[in-house]
Amino acid sequence: MYVAPAYAQTESEAPASEAIEAGTEVPHDANGAESGFPPFETSSYPSQLLWLAITFGLFYLFLKRVVLPRISGILEVRSDRIAQDLDQAARMKDEADEAIAAYEQELAEARGRANEIGQQARDTAKAEADAERKAAEAELERKLADSTARIEAIKSEAMGEVGQIAAETTGAIMASLVGAKPTKAEIEAAIGRARG
Amino acid sequence: MANDPIHQFHITKLVPIEIGGLDFSFTNSSLFMVATVAAAGAFLYMTTASRGLVPSRLQSITEMSYEFVASMLRDAAGSQGMRFFPLVFSLFMFVLVANLLGMFPYFFTVTSHIIVTFALALLVIGTVVVYGFWKHGLGFLKLFVPEGVPGVLIPLVVAIEVISFLSRPISLSVRLFANMLAGHITLKVFAGFVTSLSAMGVVGVAGAILPLLMTIALTGLEFLVAFLQAYVFAVLTCMYLNDALHPSH
Repeated sequence: MYVAPAYAQTESEAPASEAIEAGTEVPHDANGAESGFPPFETSSYPSQLLWLAITFGLFYLFLKRVVLPRISGILEVRSDRIAQDLDQAARMKDEADEAIAAYEQELAEARGRANEIGQQARDTAKAEADAERKAAEAELERKLADSTARIEAIKSEAMGEVGQIAAETTGAIMASLVGAKPTKAEIEAAIGRARG
Repeated sequence: MANDPIHQFHITKLVPIEIGGLDFSFTNSSLFMVATVAAAGAFLYMTTASRGLVPSRLQSITEMSYEFVASMLRDAAGSQGMRFFPLVFSLFMFVLVANLLGMFPYFFTVTSHIIVTFALALLVIGTVVVYGFWKHGLGFLKLFVPEGVPGVLIPLVVAIEVISFLSRPISLSVRLFANMLAGHITLKVFAGFVTSLSAMGVVGVAGAILPLLMTIALTGLEFLVAFLQAYVFAVLTCMYLNDALHPSH
């Protein structure tokens, strides 16, 4: 649409342009009102300056008021968010470290308690065993003493009976050998002598 | 169709307007200024509309250009220079989009007219001078007297500095204007060779391959130039603004 006028002009200029081979030279318009080189045509300067001022001025204001604050806002929010996330990560790491420390401490305590309980159990068992052993020993001791006493009693009893048996035997032997029957007192005296 | 490489720079009136004897017509140049501003503004506005925490591709283009210009300005003029960020960013985007739009066939290149680039350059230098005097008063003139220069040489050095300062708007504007103008003329000439050679029969068509390849290569180069000149314009703007902020260098 906007190129249409350019085309229109092109056609009106066509004869002038065709005169120049390959078109590497500056053309001269047929009407001659304007110099050939558009950037140096001062008649177009006011229009260009005005429209540049309008468009660039609006562009500048638009960027300054709307776009740049928005972009800097986006970047700021992002850097804040990153800093915040890093903080949170650091805090979580601290928490994790604390949890690990607490866990290890509890583990150590538990291990200590376990050792203690084991030690106690061992001590109790040992004490009980000792007590039982002592009781058994005392019982055995007592039984031994009893037995010894009974043996002594039986022995002395038996010894007492030995004299009597010897006297009776001596009387019986005398009676059958000599035919005489000595008295019991005589026999006992005789045995006493024989024993020394 | 005319083979005239200058034809593309012609300004045609679309809506004739005349105020006080001066011609303020809405021309094809005005149309493409409006198109440049509308395209750049709409792109920047719409790509950031969602304010994505995780940027989309288009949003990251906008963010990258923002950070690109911001770091350029910060490197050249320090953090104080950031007060000029809207100006530098607007200039960069305007020149870049105008250059890129000019790459479309049949489109008018706004920056191929010296008056436009000169006006932009004067805006930059005007900002430098006004801000320099407003901020530093006459101390701004220290810009023209470098420190550590022997007394005898001062008049000579000052003369050189003044000339170099005055030539800044000229070099700034001519650089952009000449690059765009020459690039478009070269493209048109080589493309013209293709059409005129291919009209000469079989041999001509075979011979037209070379300028065709050249045209393709030049198109790539022109896209590079379009970006590079916008970048150069913005970088030089930053450096000149640095003089306004810190005149005693």
